[in-house]
Amino acid sequence: MTGFLTLLYKELLRFWKVGFQTVFAPMVSTLLYLLIFSHVLEEHVQAYPGVAYTVFLVPGLVMMAMLQNAFANSSSSLIQSKITGNLVFILLSPLSYREIFFAYVTASVVRGLAVGLGVYLVTLVFFDVPLSSFSWVLMFALMGSALLGAIGVIAGIWAEKFDQLAAFQNFVILPLTFLSGVFYTIPSLPPFWQGLSHLNPFFYMIDGFRYGFFHASDISPYFSLGIVAACFVAVSWVTLQMLKRGYKIRH
Amino acid sequence: MTPAIEVEQMHKRYGALRVLAGIDLKVEPGEFFALLGPNGAGKTTLINIIAGLTRATSGRARVMGHDVVSHYREARRMLGVVPQELVFDPFFTVHETLVIQSGYYGLKNNGVWIEEIIHHLDLADKADTNMRALSGGMKRRVLVAQALVHKPPVIVLDEPTAGVDVELRQGLWRFIKQLNREGHTIVLTTHYLEEAEALCSRVAMMKQGNVVALDSVRNLISSVSGCSVRLRLSPDTLPPALQPLMSSREEGCYILTLAEYSQLEQVMAALRTAALQVLEMQVLQPDLEEVFIRIMGTHKIRKPGTLSV
Repeated sequence: MTGFLTLLYKELLRFWKVGFQTVFAPMVSTLLYLLIFSHVLEEHVQAYPGVAYTVFLVPGLVMMAMLQNAFANSSSSLIQSKITGNLVFILLSPLSYREIFFAYVTASVVRGLAVGLGVYLVTLVFFDVPLSSFSWVLMFALMGSALLGAIGVIAGIWAEKFDQLAAFQNFVILPLTFLSGVFYTIPSLPPFWQGLSHLNPFFYMIDGFRYGFFHASDISPYFSLGIVAACFVAVSWVTLQMLKRGYKIRH
Repeated sequence: MTPAIEVEQMHKRYGALRVLAGIDLKVEPGEFFALLGPNGAGKTTLINIIAGLTRATSGRARVMGHDVVSHYREARRMLGVVPQELVFDPFFTVHETLVIQSGYYGLKNNGVWIEEIIHHLDLADKADTNMRALSGGMKRRVLVAQALVHKPPVIVLDEPTAGVDVELRQGLWRFIKQLNREGHTIVLTTHYLEEAEALCSRVAMMKQGNVVALDSVRNLISSVSGCSVRLRLSPDTLPPALQPLMSSREEGCYILTLAEYSQLEQVMAALRTAALQVLEMQVLQPDLEEVFIRIMGTHKIRKPGTLSV
C-alpha cells in the first residue's frame, strides 16, 4: 500500500508543482470557450426547453475539461518519464503493475476533478446552474476521468516521442470530445451524424453528466453509465496487460 | 549459501541480434565482483535482466534466491541498481527524490537512513536543491543514494565512474568499499580496469554475449605468462633478430612482448651482438588490462612472438 500511495503522491505533487499549467490554464481556456460560445449562440440554440444555452453548455464544458486533463496527466507524466529516463526508478522498484496502473489513473482523476470543480465554481458566480443529482454528477465525473486516465496511460506507454503523443491527443481525443455533444444535443443533428455520435463513448459521458444537472438527457443515464463502465473495464484490461507484459517499457 | 546473484543459461535476442548467448554466472554474498567487457558485450543487458528492466528471451536469474520474474517483488527489494545513464526527475529536490524512492519500496519512516546516505555521499548542502540544478557529479551521487534507500544486500553499479572527477570517484569507492565490508555484495561494470583490479575479488569478462573468463583477479593475472620489456637504445635501432618480438613503439622506446621470462636471455644476447647501448630497460608485469586485452583478442598487441591465450 505504501508503494502505491507514494507513487500517487509523487504523481499529485508533479502536477501540483506546475499547477499554473496543469490546473489554472485549462480552467481559463474552458471559461473562454464558455464566454465565446455563449455570446455567439445564446440566441440561436435552445437545447432543452427552459434551459438557457449558456447554462446548458456549462456541464459539457466541465466534463470536457475533466476528460482532457485526466488524459493529459497520465500521458504526459509517462512520456516525460520515458524520454528523460526516470521511469527507471519506478521500474526498478517492487511496485506491481496494478499499483502503477491505479496510481497513474487516480492521479489523473484528481487532476480532472480539480480542473472540473474549478471551472464549475467559477461559472456559479455568473450563472445559475441547477444541480439535480449530485451522485450522478460525481459518478460520471469519476468514471469519465478514470477512463481517460487509463487511455492516457496507454498513450503514454505507446508514444515514443512527444510528437506521437500530440498526434494521439489531436486526432483521437480532441475530435471525440468535440463531437460528443458538448456544444449541442445529439437530436439536433442529421440522422447520419446522430448514429455516428452514438458510437462515440465520450457522448455517453457528457450526456450522463448533464443528466445530473438538468434531470434531462438524450438517453437513459443508466445506459450511459453502463457504456462508460464497460469502456473503462475494457480499456483498463488492455492497459493492465500492457503494463504486465512491460510493453515498450521493459524491453 | 544462497548466491547473491545467480544467472542460468541466459539468452537475449533482439530480432536477429544476439545480445546474450547463454550466460551462466554466480556471485556469492559479500563478493566485490566486476563485469568487464567492451561496449556491446552485453554487460548492461545482463544487469537490466537481473534488475527486471529487460525481459530475457530464455534463462533464469535470481537475486538472493528470488526469481527476478516470478518473485520480482522480493528480488527487487534485495537489489539496488545505479543505472549507467544520468537520469533524474526534474520535478523534485534531492530530499524529495529519496523519500519518494523509499516509498516505492514500502518504507515509510526512513528518515534516519536517508540522512545517513545524504551525509556519506556529501549531499547535505544540496538536499533541498532541485535535481535540475545539480552538476553531473552530484546527480551521479543522488543515483547512488537512490539505489541505497532500501539498504539492499546486493548493489549493482553500471559504470558508476564514467565521466566522474577524481575526487568524487575516490569518495564513491571509499563508500562502496565500506558497504562491501559491512556485508553488501557489490557488482560493478567499468571501463577502468585498474579500478576493477584494485577493488574486486573476482571478475567476469564478457565478449559478444558470452562470459569468456571468470576467475579471481589474481588467478587471471597469473594465467598470463611472460612479460613485456621496455627498451631505450642507443643508437635507436632494434636488431633484426628482435623485430618479431616488438609489439609497439612509444616515446622512443621499444616494447617487446615475451612469452616467457627465459626469452630475456635471448634479448640480451641480441643486444650484445649488435653492440647496442641500453639507455633504459624495464620489465613490465602483466596486469588486468593486459589480461583483458589478450582475452578480448585485440589485434594491436597480438603480434608474432606474443603468447596467444
